[in-house]
Order: sequence, then structure tokens, then C-alpha cells
Amino acid sequence: MSSVSHSAEHATTTGIDHRKLLIWAFLGSDCLFFGSLIATYMIYRGKSIDCPLPHQIYDIPYTSISAFVLLMSSLTMVLALAAIQRGDHKGLRVWLVSTGMLGLVFLGGQFYEFTTFVHEGLTLSGNLFGSTFFVLTGFHGAHVTVGVMILFSLVLVSMRGGIPASDSLTVELAGLYWHFVDIVWIVLFALVYLVPSPVPNIECAQAAVAH
Amino acid sequence: MATVTGSLAGVVPRPNTEHGLMGWLSTVDHKKIGVLYGATSFIFFLLGGLEAIMMRLQLAAPNSNLIDPLTFNQLITMHATTMVFLVVMPMSAAFFNFLIPLQIGARDVAFPRLNAFSYWVFLTGGIFINGSWLIGQAPAAGWFGYANLTSKTFSPDLGVDFWLLGLLILGTSSVAASLNFIVTIVNLRAPGMTMMRMPLFTWMTLVVAFLVIFAFPVITIGLIELGFDRFMGTNFFNPAKGGDPVLWQHLFWLFGHPEVYILILPAMGIVSEVLPTFSRKPLFGYSVVVFSGIAIGFMGWGVWAHHMFTVGMGPIANTVFTLTTMFIAVPTGVKIFNWIGTMWGGKLTFPTPMLFSIGFIAMFIIGGLSGVTHAISPSDYQQQDTYYIVAHFHYVLFGGAILGLFSGIYFYWPKITGRLLDERIGKVHFWLMLIGFNLTFAPMHILGMNGMPRRIYTYPAGMGWEFWNMLQTAGSLVIAVAMLAFLYNVWVSHTKGKVAGNDPWDGRTLEWSIPSPPPAYNFATIPHVRERDDWWFTKHPELAHGSHGHAAAPAEAHHATTGGHGHEEHIHMPQGSLLPLIAGVGQTLFVGGLILGPVVMAIGGLMMVGGLYAWCSEPINE
Repeated sequence: MSSVSHSAEHATTTGIDHRKLLIWAFLGSDCLFFGSLIATYMIYRGKSIDCPLPHQIYDIPYTSISAFVLLMSSLTMVLALAAIQRGDHKGLRVWLVSTGMLGLVFLGGQFYEFTTFVHEGLTLSGNLFGSTFFVLTGFHGAHVTVGVMILFSLVLVSMRGGIPASDSLTVELAGLYWHFVDIVWIVLFALVYLVPSPVPNIECAQAAVAH
Repeated sequence: MATVTGSLAGVVPRPNTEHGLMGWLSTVDHKKIGVLYGATSFIFFLLGGLEAIMMRLQLAAPNSNLIDPLTFNQLITMHATTMVFLVVMPMSAAFFNFLIPLQIGARDVAFPRLNAFSYWVFLTGGIFINGSWLIGQAPAAGWFGYANLTSKTFSPDLGVDFWLLGLLILGTSSVAASLNFIVTIVNLRAPGMTMMRMPLFTWMTLVVAFLVIFAFPVITIGLIELGFDRFMGTNFFNPAKGGDPVLWQHLFWLFGHPEVYILILPAMGIVSEVLPTFSRKPLFGYSVVVFSGIAIGFMGWGVWAHHMFTVGMGPIANTVFTLTTMFIAVPTGVKIFNWIGTMWGGKLTFPTPMLFSIGFIAMFIIGGLSGVTHAISPSDYQQQDTYYIVAHFHYVLFGGAILGLFSGIYFYWPKITGRLLDERIGKVHFWLMLIGFNLTFAPMHILGMNGMPRRIYTYPAGMGWEFWNMLQTAGSLVIAVAMLAFLYNVWVSHTKGKVAGNDPWDGRTLEWSIPSPPPAYNFATIPHVRERDDWWFTKHPELAHGSHGHAAAPAEAHHATTGGHGHEEHIHMPQGSLLPLIAGVGQTLFVGGLILGPVVMAIGGLMMVGGLYAWCSEPINE
């Protein structure tokens, strides 16, 4: 998103644009960020000594749908990049807005899910499961939020003529970040929702958490 | 792009000066940012040293009441936090900033404004964390912040909050700077500067930058979980709800051990530049030293639990980490032999930078050997939490990192300022520092073996500890005198120092081929590199190996040793900008707002987001 002239002016040693190297290195760093959060979640699985527990609270079909929505946004992101690469500015904006909207739908779904869980008795401070679940998925949601802001900012820049076809790299970089956030969700969805969590030896009333 | 600029960037005026206060505030020149890093970290060094001397005065005699227990705990915590995050790391960053573009033949770093942002975040983060002194609530839970001593129950005041938010702020600075240096080293090398022709310091910087971007996210998560525990009532480290305080130790040391190499590798890089210069020989076994540095970078991830032998991880974990820790001594030992091999048979001279480098090797060997003794976990059970450990890490981090950095200060001072530091005062400084250092820290081995615990604010009489403690306090005052000698040297150099010229030490690498101090654009003509130690072989073509001999090279295109004013108008350097300052200060206020209140947080958030948006739409030059 910085100026075009910079990359055009200097040939780089590797032939790869500075900004692209930067974003790859950043994503490598971000892997360790999520890796540490996921490790915390995995280490603490089944260690809660208070209710409610994961199997009582997850609504896997619901979360599958929002996961599907987020995955589809990677497709629209690819279409946005393809549009600007062939100089189609209108197509770029259409697909960027689509990607951003799908991201917003995912965030809305996460907001609804969090609210429901809180009503069912799962809170940040109530038990260990709640602490690890909300902080892990919440930080992913924060990453999606930043991504949505980047996407809509690009739409605004494009409307003012700021993304020439020669600078499709800007869109590509936003795409790298967006795809990364999607991939992280695949890992989270599998580890947090799909892989059954060990059940600690505590009594929980089933009635309170009926869907 | 100019059309996008208007409304957003137009709010903040674009300064167009390189002079005065505005020149410093808006600078994106890597050399000026390097000087800012160096000066700031040196001020923090004096502060951290003052904290150490206060502790030493309290411990000089048994049953002393000079400092109360809480203040003493604040001093141990802030001394270590300051020295690690506000001195050794940023002072290394000062060298990265000043030297890397010069060593690889570039005009600046890849992202000059991001570089300025990193500095302003570091400065304000350091001020923020030290601001806790002003309200008398400095952090007191140790620099390792072990859970659950850091919980609201056991640390109810704001100290731990300042500490964890301060470290989060400083972490973003380190990661941003490291991303920048990775891209710079990989992507901005001059033609012919292949990876295996890069100066050793550049190599070590690259390894450190990778360590930083992978290690800091781990501590960031630890700090975020701690912050959630304190601000939001989560249970990450709360045993009453099933949380496990040992998880903190794993997260902290999984960061903390790579951090040790983040602290020492830059100094090793400096020493690897200084020794060949004053031995008038190439570095012995260049590629082995490079690969040892890389090996340390990888193996540094597999040794963290040696900090936790007494936690009760069980015999298998203790055995594994004993072995990995013993094994990491191998590449470190290889480097030491290579440095000795570099000096072996060389035409040695001993100016101050060389003395500091030799001091580094000697002290680091002592620290490394005591490290091997507590790599053995049964032996470590005796040493854990005693002064023996304090002796060990001061031998590697003061005797190692700090002596290495001072070697770099004396070596590169003429390049940075254009004037040499005085040799006579420099030698007085060196010997006072070496003697003071050993008086202070050598007796700690004996005290530790005699069972004196670390982190205690006082001790009873009659334990046989009085003499050694008094000696240590005297030694710490000798170090203080050594620092005064250094400050006097700086003043002498500033007022009547000998003008250095381009190449006062008969140096080997590209930075010595350009004027001192270097012009804003560094190289009038981007050099074409033909060899490792290219500048040395340009000066001494008869020593060049290979048939292409430099003697045949056309002299004028090779290195522009003059200012090259004829070229100057064709070189476009990035224009200064206030936006990194605004975004950086904004970020510190935004994070600090968790303590300082919602108004500060809102202002900070506005500055940060507005600053970043304006920055993204601001052209490099206008």
C-alpha cells in the first residue's frame, strides 16, 4: 500500500518485491503467535474443573456454515486479484467488497456464537475452557477484523484511482494476509471444534445447556 | 498515488529539513536512527547501572537497611528488564541500523519509515515502563515474571501491568525492526554481494532478526494471557480454576532462551569484524563461523527447559534438555576456536576495540564454562537460585555482550562521528571495566557455591559472605568509574578528537570505503563486490586469491572513496516524515491506555490508526 515508485525504482537482489518479502516474514512470525495460542488451548483441553464443557456447548453445524463462508471469501479474494491483473477495476472492487462482506458475515456469526455461549454460561472468567476458547477464537476474529478493514480501504483507494493494474501487488499482499487468516481458521476449526476434547471427571447439569 | 495523498496525509505537514530538532523527529535515515538508538540505549544503560549499584550498596554489609525489601524487588526486576530490553537489544539495534546498509552496499534499509517507527515505539515503550517508578509502583515480580506471583492476588499494584504492557509495546518495535532487517539483508545487497560474501556482523544480524520474529510472538502470547488474567479475570495461570503456572514458564523460556542468543549474537558479529582487522588476516573459517551462528539460531529453540530443571518435569525431560544444552556449547566453542585461529599468526595490534574483543573472548569462555556446569541437571539442583547463576549470566551478558558492544563502540565511533576516541583514556576505560567486572562477578561463583540465594534483599552476619559481598560492591563502583572514563573520552573526542578519515583501522569491509561520517546517500556509486572482505582486497590486490586480481579492475568504478558530489543530485533519498513518530507514540498511548485511562487510549488509537493510514498513502518523496 505504500508508493508504487519505490519498487519500480530499485531492482532488488532476489527479484522479489520488498513488500512481498516483508509480508511473508510477518506471516511466519504470526504462525508462532497463533501456534502459542493453540498450544495453550491444546494443553488445557479437558483441564477445566468447572462447567460448561466443550461437548455441551459447541454447535458444530452452525460453526461449519460460518467456516464455509470464510473459506468462500478466499475464492472471491482470488477473483479480485485476477480482476486487477487484467486491468478490470470494477471487477476488483466487486470482488473486494464481496470478500469483505463474507468476512463481516463470519464476524457476525462469531459475535452471535459468543453471545449464545455467554447466555449458556460459558464466559471468559468462568472456567479454564472459556478463557482459552474466547481468547484463541477472539484473536482470530481480531485478525479477520483487520483484514476486513484492509479490504474496504483498498476499495476506497481503488475508487480514487490509487490501484493501477501495474500495482496488482498491493492486492496480492492483502490476499496473502487474508488467505493466511483463512488457513488459521481451518486449523482452529479442526482442533477446537472437530477433534473431541477429553472430558474431565466433573458433574455438569445437562439441562442448563440444551440448545 | 498523488491523488490519494491529499486529504489524509495533508493533515500533518511534511517537514523538509534534515537539521535541528525537526530533522531528528522526522528522520528516516538509517544512520541517524542508529545514533538515536545508541544514545537512548546508553541512557538506559546508565539507569540500569544505577539500579545495580543501589542493590550492591544494600548488599555490601549484612542486615543492612539502606533499601527496603519491596524497593529491592523493584530494583532486581527493573535492572534486568532494562538491561535486556532497553540496553543490549537496542544497542545492538543501533549497530544494525548504522552498519547493515553500509556493509551490504545499500543506500538505506528496505523500509525507512518503518525503521523510524520501530525507534519511536522503543523510546516511548522504555519511557512507559520506567514511568512506573514515578508513581512508586515499579514492577517487583522479577524480569521472568513467574506466574502466579504476577497475579492480582500477589501483585495487586500496577507494577506488573506496566511491565507486561511495556514489554508488549517493546515487542512490536523489535519485530517491526527485525522484519525490516530481514528484507534489507536479503533484498538490498549490492551487485556481487552474495550471501557467503557478507560480513559476519551482517550474518549474525540476519540470524538475530529471524530469532526475534519467531521468539517474540511466544512471549507476546504469554503476556497477553497474563494481561487477560489481570484485566479480564481469565484463568490461564490460576491454579484454583485448573490453570497451570508452569505453562508461563514454558512460554517465557521458549522465548527467553532464543532471547539469550538475540543478546549475544550481535556482539559475536562485532568481535568477528574487529579481530580480523587487528590481526590483519581474514576471519579464520568464515563459513564455519557463519554456519555455527545459524546452528545456534536453530538449536537455541531446543534448550529452553534447562531454566526449569528444578520445576519437576521428570527425569526424561531433564535428561533431554541436559543433552541439548551440552550440545549447543559445540557451535559456540567452534566460534571461539575460530576467533583464536584468526589471531593465530596474525600481525597483531592492540588498540582499544581489540582489547575489548579479546576481553569478550576471555570472559565469555568463563561464562560458557560455568554454563556447562549447570547444563548438567543434577549439578543445577545445587546452583538453582544461587548467586552462581547470577555470576554465569553476567559473564556471558556483561563480559560477553557488553564488552562486545563496547568493542563495537570504539571500533565504529570514528565512522559514526568522524573522530577517534582517545586511545589512552580508552585503555584506562578497558582495564578499569575488566577489573571492576571481575571484582563484582567472580566472587558470586564462590557465594553461590556457599549457598547464598539470589534475589534476597539482605543476609544475616556470620555466614562467611561479608568479605565477598563487600568486594563485589567495591567492584561495582570500579565499573562506575570506568563508565565515567568512557564519558570523559566521548567529551574529549567531541572537543579535540583526532579526525579519523575514511579508514582509520585499515578496515576490510565496505563501510570503510566511504567518508566518516558517511553522507546521507552512503555510496556515491553503488559498489560492485568481487570478494569477501572486498575493500581489503581492493587496497591490497596482491593478497587477492583467484586469477581475476583486483589490480586489473578499473579503479574509478569500483569504490567511490570521495564524496562524489558530482553524482549527488541524481541520488533520490526518501524524504523525512513525522508519521512514524505519530503512529509510534499513538501505539504506546493506545496500549498504555489500559493503565492511563480511556481518554489516553482513544487519543492513542486515533494517532495510531490515522498515522498508519496517512503513512500508507504518503509517497516516499513529494
